[in-house]
Amino acid sequence: MTTQEGTTPFIVGHRTVTRIAGPLIVATGMDGVGYGELVEVDTGDGVVREGQVLELDESLAVVQVFGGTVGVGRRTTSVRTRGRAASTGVGKDYFGRVLDGMGRPRDHGPEPVPEDYRHVNGLPLNPIARAHPDQFLETGVSAIDGLLTLVRGQKLPIFTGAGLPANALAARIAAQTRAPDDATEVVVVFAAMGVTRREAAFFRTEFSADAASSSVLLLNLADDPTIERLLTPRVALTMAEYLAFELELHVLVVMTDMTAYCEALREISAAREEMPGRRGYPGYMYTDLASLYERAGRVRGGSGSLTQLMIVSMPDDDITHPIPDLTGYITEGQIVLSRDLDRTGVAPPIDVLPSLSRLMNAGIGAGKTRADHRGLADQLYSCYARGREVRRLMSIVGESGLPQEDQRYLAFASAFEATYLDQGDTRRTIAETLELGWRLLDPFPAPELTRLTADDLAEHHRAGPSA
Amino acid sequence: MTGQVPSDTGGVVKVSGPVVTAAGLPRTRLFDVVRIGTDRILGEVIRIDDDLVVVQAFEDTTGLRVDEPVVATGEPLYAELGPGLLGAILDGTQRPLESLGAESGHYIARGADPPRLDPDRLWDFQAAAAVGNEVTPGDLLGTVTEGRAFEHRVLVPTGWSGTVTAVRPGPATVLDPVVDIDGHPVTMMHRWPLRRARPVAGRLPLTVPLNTGQRVLDLLFPVARGGSAIIPGGFGTGKTVMEQALAKFSSADVVVYVGCGERGNELTEVLEQFPRLTDPRNGASLMERTVMVANTSNMPVAAREASIYTGITVAEYFRDQGYDVAMLADSTSRWGEALREVSSRLEEMPAEDGYPAYLATRLAGFYERAGAVQCLGTPERNGSVTIVGAVSPAGGDFSEPITQHSLRLAGCFWALDTTLSRQRHFPAVNWLRSFSQYDLDGWYDCEVADDWSRLRRWAAATLQDEGSLQEVVSLLGVEAIAAEQRITLRLGQALREDLLQQSSFDPADATCPPDRLLAMLRVLHAADGAMSSALSRGVAVPDIVGASVLTELGQMRRWPAGRVDDSARDLTRRVAEEMELL
Ligand SMILES: Nc1ncnc2c1ncn2[C@@H]1O[C@H](COP(=O)(O)OP(=O)(O)O)[C@@H](O)[C@H]1O
Ligand SMILES: [Mg+2]
Repeated sequence: MTTQEGTTPFIVGHRTVTRIAGPLIVATGMDGVGYGELVEVDTGDGVVREGQVLELDESLAVVQVFGGTVGVGRRTTSVRTRGRAASTGVGKDYFGRVLDGMGRPRDHGPEPVPEDYRHVNGLPLNPIARAHPDQFLETGVSAIDGLLTLVRGQKLPIFTGAGLPANALAARIAAQTRAPDDATEVVVVFAAMGVTRREAAFFRTEFSADAASSSVLLLNLADDPTIERLLTPRVALTMAEYLAFELELHVLVVMTDMTAYCEALREISAAREEMPGRRGYPGYMYTDLASLYERAGRVRGGSGSLTQLMIVSMPDDDITHPIPDLTGYITEGQIVLSRDLDRTGVAPPIDVLPSLSRLMNAGIGAGKTRADHRGLADQLYSCYARGREVRRLMSIVGESGLPQEDQRYLAFASAFEATYLDQGDTRRTIAETLELGWRLLDPFPAPELTRLTADDLAEHHRAGPSA
Repeated sequence: MTGQVPSDTGGVVKVSGPVVTAAGLPRTRLFDVVRIGTDRILGEVIRIDDDLVVVQAFEDTTGLRVDEPVVATGEPLYAELGPGLLGAILDGTQRPLESLGAESGHYIARGADPPRLDPDRLWDFQAAAAVGNEVTPGDLLGTVTEGRAFEHRVLVPTGWSGTVTAVRPGPATVLDPVVDIDGHPVTMMHRWPLRRARPVAGRLPLTVPLNTGQRVLDLLFPVARGGSAIIPGGFGTGKTVMEQALAKFSSADVVVYVGCGERGNELTEVLEQFPRLTDPRNGASLMERTVMVANTSNMPVAAREASIYTGITVAEYFRDQGYDVAMLADSTSRWGEALREVSSRLEEMPAEDGYPAYLATRLAGFYERAGAVQCLGTPERNGSVTIVGAVSPAGGDFSEPITQHSLRLAGCFWALDTTLSRQRHFPAVNWLRSFSQYDLDGWYDCEVADDWSRLRRWAAATLQDEGSLQEVVSLLGVEAIAAEQRITLRLGQALREDLLQQSSFDPADATCPPDRLLAMLRVLHAADGAMSSALSRGVAVPDIVGASVLTELGQMRRWPAGRVDDSARDLTRRVAEEMELL
């Protein structure tokens, strides 16, 4: 968010603060201010903070103060109205820059020159103005490209647990994602919320590699005021919408960690003494998250796209926790990381069984990836599911008790994890990923590969042992 | 029609998200519509507290100031009903999304108030009533053809009766008078308050199924025309795919699809697919029998709440013309959450999980609007509204209030199961947990085949037995069960994989008519007999359950439409022969 906008006249006036509670203040005498608008909170010591009106009535306004309420006093503080909702500058001048959670430079570069200013809440996209996402995006990660294909305009979260390398995966995807059928570069808007200094340093290094290029990094640190976290994804998405829908670029927005965002939401809700919902999160969290996630997409007649990848830490690895749960209800699938795979050294540790890309079908097949992609993915999935089931049974009955057929699935599961899933730092093209998948199926006799058509088998399968 | 109340103007005194409080509107009644602020945001009165009127706003309230004007219209929220609804895409308050797009581009701006039905479009009115006829509500005045083949019946609106004094056949807009009753003009468009059920002559028993084309539903958990069903399931279990399959393939004359608080892209998908799909009954595009109400999750919360009522009112309107209507709502949980959000801003005393205490009453009011009815008026005709509501329980846990209340109201419970969807068993309907309270065996035995109910009971019992046996096997291993029980296991597997599973993305199998379902079922039943007789002849169990002909059961879903009976006879014979040869 920026204070540069010169077009709106300030409506200056001094108001009295009557109550201060956590990140909120209650001010009186606020006539002329609009619901949801920005105000300036002047603590009289030279620091002017911004705030947003959360509730309004004849005599008072509840204001959430970005920058926190430390140093705000009843008599020393005055509140001025700004006469507009929170907005941010947008444009290409932000490329290569590191910003704070509200969109102000955090590097030592000059003040960016925006092409325009936009309200950070955006407006809902008319469903009939959307174009259904159906174009392949190559992340270079086999588990994703092969089995959980991401398409341009999709919103796909990564469900992770404490200590799992989700940020590394996100940074990798951000660095190496391409649109193979389209010369347009994929640009990245990376919004980090509530990250530690160590994580921030990691992101800065990852991004400085292509600093001059087309990425914007917004960093809201763990010790920045919580409340700013509520604006960070909105600023990022507002910048991204401009790049995608007005400059017609392919924009990948990475948001990490949505759990930190939701905790900020809960904090404000508690400070407002609202009725808490499940686990203390407010009842409107679904709507609030949807207002972010639904900003992904494509519009009819445009060639740009806004794809979202968000990291969601599952508290206690619990997928039914309200944050991953509500996220899963809104997003178009989910990528789930596994502690077991991580422990065995598989990188990235993607558990494909509970993972899903709902838009995969639309983005793969002849003319997009390859005609055999769907069948191959289904076959790999079902062999791996069976292999994992055998592995579970084996822990009960022992390996020697397994029929030969089952042993083949067991061996497949291990090979799949060691070669297909585990790819370290290498980037694979979709052709390489598909090839790898077929080679893993070679040990199976063709009649057992029921998900594949005879044509695909004839073309790609190298006969294994007979049945 | 109603006693009009003169409009009032008051002012905003408080704003909290979608809830706005106004003062200075003494004549306003509960559920009256108001226009808020200089942008004339649409809102509805939900509480009156002395001189304060609490309003839920159907649009975003950012920027609204204290003292901005609030104008009461003195009327409740109406649906505008008439030709032009079919094929339309409406928001929660019935604003056509096309018109909103024309007004404000890709994004939905505030305060737009386009006509709900196209006021300029001409329809060719074919009169059925003649001058001198005595008419009462529901009587047929005439018809217009919508799309390729749909006969839209124009009826005498509620509240009107008398003698027809003029009839004007030929091209007319929805606002032109087409008939006069006692000298008063009647137009094709009429208005109906959303929250009130439309009247009928009488309710009929529910005896005819709404064929869904989904084998697991039609066979095991059929829904009656005029009945109701809920589809609860965690995320990714297939609620939306199932609602969309019903929209495409169910045997309804009209489909009202309400996308309530869900994804924008899913609606786009419907909008891109439906115009290209044809209705098998008349060759017209599927869009021509569909009305879409779309209030996606990023659109205003209160309008999400209204969208359910807009949908059901439109459904009843077509029912009253004598049609079978399917009203599909994805997801009713988002509607309940909208109620909760508004209720919590009103600081009402919450009941379970923060939902207001009137949640159960609201749900009942909605599900009770389903029904098979004798319509008002002449000629005599019957119609029905079948409701299918998706439910999105938090954490996939069915003990939450919306699932539990809906469960008591709906006749069918199609429980989707995360374990099944993880196994990619679709539709992920849990056959042990789901139920249907409609007894439609009579219809099937009479209209499809007289062994239907017997086969249905056999399939249900086999699946039940298999379930119990699976539990034993997972604990003690397959050796722990008797030989004939291993046959049951194999049959259960065939029923699950070759009959119940049905991919919505397989063009050949996305829908399945009752005769094909019957043929598949008979083959499986015959296989049961053949396997049992092989066992009684002393054939070893592994040879029976491993017989290669059994893998061909998976091909049943691919049988070409014209060759179903031949293919079934052929496969039955080969199963018998191979079992003989063992
Ligand atoms: N009948 C079906 N046939 C094939 N795939 C299905 C079917 N139902 C669901 N799926 C798969 O499950 C995914 C999620 O289904 P969806 O209906 O969107 O779930 P929900 O609405 O319950 O969250 C789909 O994208 C699809 O891959
Ligand atoms: Mg859904």
